Amino acid sequence: MAEATVTHAGDAPGRPDGLRGIAADISSDQRAFKTASWGKAMMWIFLLSDTFIFSCFLLSYMTVRISTTVPWPNPSEVFALHIGGSDIPLILIAIMTFVLISSSGTMAMAVNYGYRRDRKKTAILMLVTAALGATFVGMQAFEWSKLISEGVRPWGNPWGADQFGSSFFMITGFHGTHVTIGVIFLLIVARRVWRGDFDVGRRGFFTDRRGHYETVEIMGLYWHFVDLVWVFIFALFYLW
Amino acid sequence: MQHAPVQAQAHEEGQQHPIKLYMVVWGWLFVLSTFSYLVDYFHVQGYLRWTLILFFMILKAGLIVAVFMHMAWERLALVYAIIVPPVLVLIFVAMMVLEANYTQFTRLLWFSSGS
Repeated sequence: MAEATVTHAGDAPGRPDGLRGIAADISSDQRAFKTASWGKAMMWIFLLSDTFIFSCFLLSYMTVRISTTVPWPNPSEVFALHIGGSDIPLILIAIMTFVLISSSGTMAMAVNYGYRRDRKKTAILMLVTAALGATFVGMQAFEWSKLISEGVRPWGNPWGADQFGSSFFMITGFHGTHVTIGVIFLLIVARRVWRGDFDVGRRGFFTDRRGHYETVEIMGLYWHFVDLVWVFIFALFYLW
Repeated sequence: MQHAPVQAQAHEEGQQHPIKLYMVVWGWLFVLSTFSYLVDYFHVQGYLRWTLILFFMILKAGLIVAVFMHMAWERLALVYAIIVPPVLVLIFVAMMVLEANYTQFTRLLWFSSGS
């Protein structure tokens, strides 16, 4: 893998590797993250804090699920859809998973074309990513309305432990909000790419800083994180 | 001071990897998602189910972080700063498992009628 890369971004010539490298980087009395720009490092640190938020949600879900003496509703049946005369378990969630993974793929390609300075392809791939993200949110809205019409509430549901509803709305609602915010920012960054802002160094509307194609990668970090959180929600909430 | 021009260069060129790498990872994410869905579809139960679910989950998360988020090409200082804290959440998990089991125990003991 490393041989195939055009630019080996992890290289900081003259600096040691391994644990010694960590000690040298952090104790250098300069910026600790030698190859990541401040923008990228700040996005990573934001994502780390977001990881803790989602960890707390999943942990509270785990705690209430273990501690309840009432049987937990079977997600496989709750999220089944009636298609073509038979109930297919979890099918909507499976489709949502594939939609989100596809959007992650198009986002990765957008980042790649951004660094190749292919303005049009980058913008189009970002718009495709945003469209897939919007599809995901739409399917989630469908799922919510279906469950609400079946009587699921944060304080109760027809099938078992009351805590199912509160965990479900809290976790998927927070994730859906993240996807929605991501879609909005994807559209904003795609517009800037399309207009050529990063080629001419036009100043951004918010921070008044000159943008560059790394903005696409930082946007991508956020988007992949949203996909990453879904991987954990899918496994721990829907499949468990 | 010595590293300043290096950074400027890395900053300019950024992460450049062949498209094929992303395609392969994308394909694997699809395959792994299908596998984890099939675990539910074929009603695999018990410890095998949990092992498989967690295994596919970790693999998918690893691929996304390492390749899509380019963590594999960052310096270790950043990798450790970001990856180690979430791993420590596992201690929190262990604490809450103990706590939840105790809560369930007291509920069964004192409120055996349920809820």
